[in-house]
Amino acid sequence: MTEPLLTGTGLGMIRGERVLFRDVSLEARMHETVILRGANGAGKTTLLRILAGLTRPESGAVTRSAPHHWVSHREGLKPHETPHEHLSLWAKAWGATANVDGILKFMGLSRPADVPARHLSAGQRRRTALARLLLQPRSIWLLDEPFTALDAEGRELVLSLIEDHCREGGCVVAAIHGEAGFGAANEVTL
Amino acid sequence: MFSWFANPHRFLSLSNWLAPACYAGGLILMIWGMWQGLWVVPKDDYQGGDIMRVMFMHVPTAWLAMASYSALAVMSFIWFIWRHEVADVAAKAIAPLGAVWTAICLATGSIWGKPTWGTWWQWDDARMMSVLFMFFLFLGYMALRAAMDTRQKAARAGAILAMVGAINVPLIHYSVEMFTSLHQTASVITSSGPKMSAVYLWPLLSCALGQSLLFAGLVQTQMRTEIRDRRTAKLRAQLMAGG
Amino acid sequence: MSAQPIFAAFRQALAEAWAGGAGALLPLGFFAGTAVLVPLGIGTDPATLRAVGPGILWVALALSSLVTLERIFQADTEDGALDLWLQTEAPPSAIAAAKTLAHFLTAGLPLALLSPLLALMFQAQASTGLLVNAAYYAVGGLAFYFWGGVGAALSATVRRGGLLISLIALPLYVPTAIFGAMAMTDAPGSQNAPLLLAASALFALAVAPFAMAAALRLAAD
Repeated sequence: MTEPLLTGTGLGMIRGERVLFRDVSLEARMHETVILRGANGAGKTTLLRILAGLTRPESGAVTRSAPHHWVSHREGLKPHETPHEHLSLWAKAWGATANVDGILKFMGLSRPADVPARHLSAGQRRRTALARLLLQPRSIWLLDEPFTALDAEGRELVLSLIEDHCREGGCVVAAIHGEAGFGAANEVTL
Repeated sequence: MFSWFANPHRFLSLSNWLAPACYAGGLILMIWGMWQGLWVVPKDDYQGGDIMRVMFMHVPTAWLAMASYSALAVMSFIWFIWRHEVADVAAKAIAPLGAVWTAICLATGSIWGKPTWGTWWQWDDARMMSVLFMFFLFLGYMALRAAMDTRQKAARAGAILAMVGAINVPLIHYSVEMFTSLHQTASVITSSGPKMSAVYLWPLLSCALGQSLLFAGLVQTQMRTEIRDRRTAKLRAQLMAGG
Repeated sequence: MSAQPIFAAFRQALAEAWAGGAGALLPLGFFAGTAVLVPLGIGTDPATLRAVGPGILWVALALSSLVTLERIFQADTEDGALDLWLQTEAPPSAIAAAKTLAHFLTAGLPLALLSPLLALMFQAQASTGLLVNAAYYAVGGLAFYFWGGVGAALSATVRRGGLLISLIALPLYVPTAIFGAMAMTDAPGSQNAPLLLAASALFALAVAPFAMAAALRLAAD
C-alpha cells in the first residue's frame, strides 16, 4: 500500500465558543477522492482550510507529502484582473511554464480572456479559478464546492478534470453539496 | 478534550486571598502616603508650592503606566509562546486599567502643570509625551481586540500588537527624550530618586507601592470576571450543542 | 523556499496601485491638498510657513500613507488572494514586505520627490538642502509604510478599519517623525538625526514584515 498523499488525524476545531467538529481523521492516497459532506456551516470549508494549512486546528495534525492546489469560493481574482492576467500571475509566482492561452481555451475562457473580473459572470470566474489547477501539476487538489455557479458544460469539464487527475495518480479532497457525479473512495460527513 | 480549566482554577484559588490582600495593603499604603503627602509634609515653593503635592498621585501613575504596559507585553509574550489561557486573560484585563492609569497620569500632570508653568500641556515634557503615546498604545490594543470576531483571534491579534508595541516603546522614549532635550525646559518633576529628601521619598514610595497593589488587585478582579465570562460562554455553547 | 512568488507579489502590487482608478494620484492629491490648505489656515507669513513647512510635510506624508495602506491587505483577505499568497513557497513576511514596498514606491516615494516643490511653496530657500530633505522624506516614508503595514495587516478583517489602522500606527510613527523633523533642522544635538532616521527605517524594515506575516496568517485563519 502506498503512503497517503494527505493525512489528517484527530482534527478538531473551535470557532469562538462553538465546537465545529472534533476528532476528524481522513487520508487521501493516489488515485483517490475524498468527499466532505455536511450542512451549511458544518465546517467543511474550515476542514479544507485546515488541510491546506491556512487555518490552525485546535487539535490534531495534518501532513502533506506533496504540493497542493487550492480552489475555493473566494476565487482570488482581483476586480480589475482578467483571466489571462490571473493565470499569468500565478504561473509566474509558482515558477510554472504553462501555455496560458491553451489552458484558457480548454476551460472555455478564450472569449472573455481579456475581460476584467468585475465584468465576468460567476461561472466564468469559477472557471478561471479552476484553470489554475492546470498551470502546474500538483498531486493534491483541495476544492471547496467546485461546481458552484457552473453550467452543465462546466460541470462536465470539472468532472473530467478530476477524473483525469485521479487516474494519473493525484488525489482530490472536495467539499461537495448535493450530487457529486463521481465515485469517491471515502466520504467524511461533518 | 480541550483542557482549559486546569490553569485558571489555580489562578482563581490564588486570587481568592491574594486580591483582597492587595486591596487591603494597597489601601493602607495609599491612605498613609496620601495623608503624608497632602497634609503632613511641608510644601516646596521651588516646585510650585502646594500644588506640587499632586506629585504623590501623579508620579506613581506614571510609573504604573510604564510598568503595566510592560506587564501587558510580557503576558502577551507568555501567551504567544506557551498559550496559557490565563496569560491572555491577564493581558486583556491589564489594558483598560492601564489606559485609565495613563489617563489619570495625564490629567494629574496637567493639573500640576497649569499653575506651575501656565499651560495645561507641556510639549517639552518627555515623560508626559511618552505617557501620551502609551495611552494610544493601550487604546489601540483594546480597539484591536474588540474588532476581532472570536476570542481566539482577539488574543492572537492583541499579542502581535502588544509585542510590536513593546519593542517600539524604548525607541519612542528615546526619540521623545531627544526631542524635548532640544528645548531645554524643565520637566514637570525635577526631583526623583536619591535626590529627593526622605520627607518626600517615603510617602511617595508608599503611594507608589500602594497604587501598584491596588492595580494588582483590580487586575485580579477583572481577570476573575473574564474567566467566569469565558466559562459561562463555554457552558452555554455546550448546552446549545446538546452536551 | 522560492523567490519567484516574492517578485510576482511585488509586480502585482505595483500594477494594482496604478490600476485602481486614481491609483497613485490619490495620495499625491491628498498630500498636495493638505500642503495647500495649511497656508490658507495658518496665514501666509513667510517666516511662519518656513518654520512649519517641514513638519507639515511630515504630517501629510504620514497621513497619506494611512490612506493607501487601508486597502492593501483587506482586499486580499476579502477576495481570497491572501489564501493563495500564503500557500506559495515564499515566506509570508517576504510577500508582505514586497507588497508594502511596492505601495511605498508608487505612493510614498513620489510624495517625497514632490517635497522640494512643496517646500518652495512654504517659502523655503531654494537650495540643495531641499534635495537632501527629499531623501529624508523618502527614508522616513519607508518606515511609515512598513509600520502602517503592520496596522493594515492587523486590521485586514475589520470593516472600515481605517481608524483602527491610524490608532495602531500612530505611536509607531513617532520616532521616525521626530528623527526626520530633527534631521531637517540645524538645532544643536540634531547632528545624529539623519543616522537615527535611517536606523529607525532599517528597524522598521527588519521587524515589521514578521509582524505583518503573523497578522496576515491570523487574517486567513
